[in-house]
Amino acid sequence: MTIKPIFDQEKCDGCGLCVTVCRCGALEMQNNIVNIIEVAHCGWCMDCELVCSTGALQCPFEIVTLDT
Amino acid sequence: MTITAESLGKLKYFAGLEPQQLSNLPQLFKEKAFVKGQTIVAEADINENVHFVSSGVVKVFKTSSEGKEQIIKLIRPGESFNDIPVFNPGPSPYSAQALGNTLIYWIDKKDLLGLMRNNWAVTVNALSAVADQSRLLLQLVEDLSFKNVTGRVAKILLQHSTPGPEGTPRLTQYEMAAMAGTAREVVGRSLKALEDSGAIKLEGHRMIISNKEYLKQLAGLN
Repeated sequence: MTIKPIFDQEKCDGCGLCVTVCRCGALEMQNNIVNIIEVAHCGWCMDCELVCSTGALQCPFEIVTLDT
Repeated sequence: MTITAESLGKLKYFAGLEPQQLSNLPQLFKEKAFVKGQTIVAEADINENVHFVSSGVVKVFKTSSEGKEQIIKLIRPGESFNDIPVFNPGPSPYSAQALGNTLIYWIDKKDLLGLMRNNWAVTVNALSAVADQSRLLLQLVEDLSFKNVTGRVAKILLQHSTPGPEGTPRLTQYEMAAMAGTAREVVGRSLKALEDSGAIKLEGHRMIISNKEYLKQLAGLN
């Protein structure tokens, strides 16, 4: 399964800034609601999280330790 | 794309103006659409126009001689940038780049000062915008000068790298910023420094701690 940014519709104010900054076409607006498309090439640039002023989009990191 | 009294009324500089006052403004402004990644203002350029974001979002940032970037602020619809050279003659102190498709309005120094001379509300709004920026910059100075943010971020990564009962914990940069008592932009800079030093590797949504001992040292845990 492709890892996608986490979207909280209740927090979204429909401003659409996330869609305008998305580099890989993973986000689109449908009826003023953000829709996250399954995109294998999401590079986790976090621009959508950066521009979201309501915290509706989140790009959390999985923090993994290498056994050294 | 047409500049209207209504679209100008949404800008913070012109909040509180009567419709009749707004109706005289469009002729003083110019507009231009920028695409993702396009530079709107370059640091050190001579540019005495105050810019306003009508739609989209703009990143204002400084770049070091080694190419390191520090984001100062994201400018959202209604907000302004490049105000400083208008009130304090000199080159633009930062660069501004469109993060997505963006529509920008701008007004030149002479016209803005004329508006301020004749309209107290515009003067107060402009002062408020510049004071907001000063407050933000002072916070950034405090964070970068007095707080060991990289050490705090290192500690946060170590504390959250052990898988909990429900699997590997996940953290956003906002959450790390809240934990470290700083801004997301400062956490981003710290993570880049940690990546450059080889302490961590960023692979998509995975942040791999590749030098745990160094992180411990930075966090003061050794």
